[in-house]
Amino acid sequence: MIHATECLLRLYEENPELEQYQASIPRWCTGCGDNAILAAVQRLCRDEKLRPEKTVFVSGIGCSSRFPHYMKTYGFHGIHGRALPIAEGVKMARPDLHVFVATGDGDCCSIGAAHWIHGIRYNMNMTVLLHDNQIYGLTKMQASPTSPKGLRSNTTPRGAYLEPLNPLSVTLGVQNASFVAQVVDWIPEVLYDVIKAAFHHRGLSFVRIIQRCPEWLPNLFEPWLNDPQRILLLNHERGIRVSANLGKVYKNQQAHDPLDIDGARKIASVADPIPVGILYRNPDVPCYEDLRHAGQLRTPELVRSGLEAELDRFTVWPQEEGKRARPAA
Amino acid sequence: MTANADIQKLDYKEARRQNGNSMNDTSTLQFPNLAQAVRAQPAEKAVTTLAEHVVEIVSDSGEGAQRCGQSFGAIAARMGNGVWTVEIIPAEIQPPARSIAGASGNRIRFGSQPVTNGGDEADLVVAFNEQVLLGRVRAGELKPGCTILLESMWRSDRDARIVESYVRTCEQLVAEGYRLIEVPMERECRPLVSDARRGKNMFVLGMLCSIYSLDLQLAREQIALAFRKKDEKIVRANVKLLEAGHQWADANLDFKFRIPAVRATVPQVVINGNTALALGILASGMEVCAMYPITPATSVSHYLSEVYEKVGGIVHQAEDEIAACSFAIGASYAGKCAVTITSGPGYSLKQEAIGLAVMGEIPLVVVNVQRGGPSTGLPTKAEQGDLLAAMFGSHGDAPKVVMAASTIEDCFYSVITARKIAETFNMVVVVLSDANLATSQQPFPRPQFSEAWLAPPLDQSAIPDGMKPYDWDATTGLARRFIPGQPNGMHTLTGLAHDQASHVAYDPEVNEESIRFRSLKLAALQKTLKTPPVFGDPEGDLLVVGWGSTQGAIEEAVTRLRAEGCRVSALHLRMLNPLPGGIKEIMRRFRNVMTIEGNWCDRPQDAIIDETNRRHSALAMLLRARYLIDIDCWSEVRGQPIKPSTIYRVIRAKLQTSERQPT
Repeated sequence: MIHATECLLRLYEENPELEQYQASIPRWCTGCGDNAILAAVQRLCRDEKLRPEKTVFVSGIGCSSRFPHYMKTYGFHGIHGRALPIAEGVKMARPDLHVFVATGDGDCCSIGAAHWIHGIRYNMNMTVLLHDNQIYGLTKMQASPTSPKGLRSNTTPRGAYLEPLNPLSVTLGVQNASFVAQVVDWIPEVLYDVIKAAFHHRGLSFVRIIQRCPEWLPNLFEPWLNDPQRILLLNHERGIRVSANLGKVYKNQQAHDPLDIDGARKIASVADPIPVGILYRNPDVPCYEDLRHAGQLRTPELVRSGLEAELDRFTVWPQEEGKRARPAA
Repeated sequence: MTANADIQKLDYKEARRQNGNSMNDTSTLQFPNLAQAVRAQPAEKAVTTLAEHVVEIVSDSGEGAQRCGQSFGAIAARMGNGVWTVEIIPAEIQPPARSIAGASGNRIRFGSQPVTNGGDEADLVVAFNEQVLLGRVRAGELKPGCTILLESMWRSDRDARIVESYVRTCEQLVAEGYRLIEVPMERECRPLVSDARRGKNMFVLGMLCSIYSLDLQLAREQIALAFRKKDEKIVRANVKLLEAGHQWADANLDFKFRIPAVRATVPQVVINGNTALALGILASGMEVCAMYPITPATSVSHYLSEVYEKVGGIVHQAEDEIAACSFAIGASYAGKCAVTITSGPGYSLKQEAIGLAVMGEIPLVVVNVQRGGPSTGLPTKAEQGDLLAAMFGSHGDAPKVVMAASTIEDCFYSVITARKIAETFNMVVVVLSDANLATSQQPFPRPQFSEAWLAPPLDQSAIPDGMKPYDWDATTGLARRFIPGQPNGMHTLTGLAHDQASHVAYDPEVNEESIRFRSLKLAALQKTLKTPPVFGDPEGDLLVVGWGSTQGAIEEAVTRLRAEGCRVSALHLRMLNPLPGGIKEIMRRFRNVMTIEGNWCDRPQDAIIDETNRRHSALAMLLRARYLIDIDCWSEVRGQPIKPSTIYRVIRAKLQTSERQPT
């Protein structure tokens, strides 16, 4: 138990440094977009003064899913595709914890696709970061569901056969979607602002992060990096406000109110220019853990009385002397 | 036919002669002649005292035979009789009416002594039409000469084909020696209720109360209980039907039985195995149950969904089996031990996640209500096919605790024990039940709640400096679990090979060390287990070993054989992994050891089966490997609970063969 005095002391102590959230040096490749996401998230933890012991990062399997190992919080590096259900279990048992999910395009959009759809529907209060580099990295360059058509990979040597899956459109098509955003790893300012907004959203915030893989697809996003006009910044007072400095570089902007779901779907359907910002935010969608009254205090007495009441329904009482048996209802 | 005839000694030829005369008269559209033939004045009736009887009530789906049977079982239990009820379930929700495969209903075995299993073939059957009855006849579920009370309305049906089928069936059954009595159930109910088809189940209940001399007032109370959620008018209408059935049987049947009962001195609960599992979950203090619908496990979560929230628990219906298991693992990791419930196919799907819980040393209870397999198999039928999957499932070395409930009462307590073991050893505990226990009801002493059943409040104290998340004890492999929220305990749990600090580690020593410690925990648990008791003498010619729901039937057969002078005993295992100590010593005191199981073993009589290729039943295989004893096995995979009479014959045969062989 934490004593009151300890809490008091903490009030004065807590001005955490970035290093306090850094567990070990990441083993990602140099230039990997995961590094940018890690930097933004650690900054968020520091700025929000998140208690490390009250924060849990859950991940599946893949390059991005190494994420929890680099955070000095609680972490759960699970199995391929199942980060969301694990995180949902964590949140249901402990709504007092801050829950983040780090998942990749294979983890989320392929093997874990069922959990993605239903995770959106449950709308539990957690921040989901989809590290989308459009390739399987850890298993060495196989096409992922978000790989562009024609991409040559180890499993598609003559080019990927299918059109890529659009994670934004899919998410926006699911009932109960409450926060959908997209960012790119090479605009750190927006990356940070969006993750921060996602963290403050009550509900499941889904952030697709378009991320570079320097090992397998070093040039995939070169055209977008070289031409700021191919980024469409979404600008709104209820979304992300584009700073003056950023606006000088990224002039292609659109005013979009995140409450407008039709507008969000329209924006999501266009892949080029890449829309960046908050597409949709609805703070009124109920959270599953609230609907289920998670985190109730259960005393032994509550369990005992509940059990006794149920046993009463099924009990055959011995006949009392001279009397008829007591009905069990 | 004499009124006081013992049902076992009835003169069936005489009955056939009497019945046959009326059966031939297909033009009879009115009240069947047979019941008149057996009509007798109540005053003349003598009451035959019996030790026990097996009664079946079968109807089309939705005609209420289930409710009738359950109520009958409950009344008998309240009389103080030993009772075991078994649901007769068609595989489809709405099978076509009047179809052989559509029999839905209940079997009630009740006696003077406690009843531990569904027993052998039925002594008396009530059927709402001749087709569902034929289904039971063809399944071999009726004793020779069994008394049949059959709805007679089909004799006067407008459809000539139905009349023909009915008459032909009746003739055939009488020719086969059954004691057939036609009862105008629906006609008798018609003056009392608007929908006589739905009402006749309570009429039948009244009839059975008369036949078996059950207390009618208890039956009225049982109806009030069964319809407690309904209108008072409905209760009254059903009581009227009950009384009508009782009067009809009193007036028209020339036999009456009594199965003496010893009134219970302690309160008993009458529930089925799945309700017992649900109550066990509630009583264990677990707070999260994640599941996905699957037969026959689902009814656990139906009941739990109804009651769990009252005590702050949550049933989460996940999007699939994998998610259900992962959700439970997440909840366990961050809080108290959670549970996931499933049956065979779902158990297969959960395997990778179970391995994760083993690797991360996350407490988890997995309940598998076994059904027939492999693949979709027999969804509603009983089998003990998942023992090896429970033990060896998931890839790599994934030691798990495996327990099997052997009675309804055991279903309740197993879950409480499982939760405790899971949290003490940070292990996955698999609790095996099966479709036989799932829907069977048996009274057992009302549990007395103990706070010790519950997990202690969640530990949120700071972790002492220098303590690691896997500080494996050198002897037992046990380590304190770090729970999110505990200051100073931050680490990342991983399914990758890891060292004491939970850092990913691929070096050979660390990998081997961590596997060793996870394995040692099973041995540490084993050291705490008691040797299971032997049923019968501690030495003899044959020891019959079983596990799971077969306990009652095995011990009943052994009791019969012992009464006949056979030197046979039984051993029933509840804890299957780890196996408690002392078992080898028990086995050594018997000339022969065999298992009796509800999973496949190759039949030695098959031409190409010999000792070099015979596949043994699951438990036999495990015991042979562990104890290096030549343990034989016998099994049946018919989807039905194994009957005590079958086991009796098997043991007899085994004793005869082994007599001929030198030891």
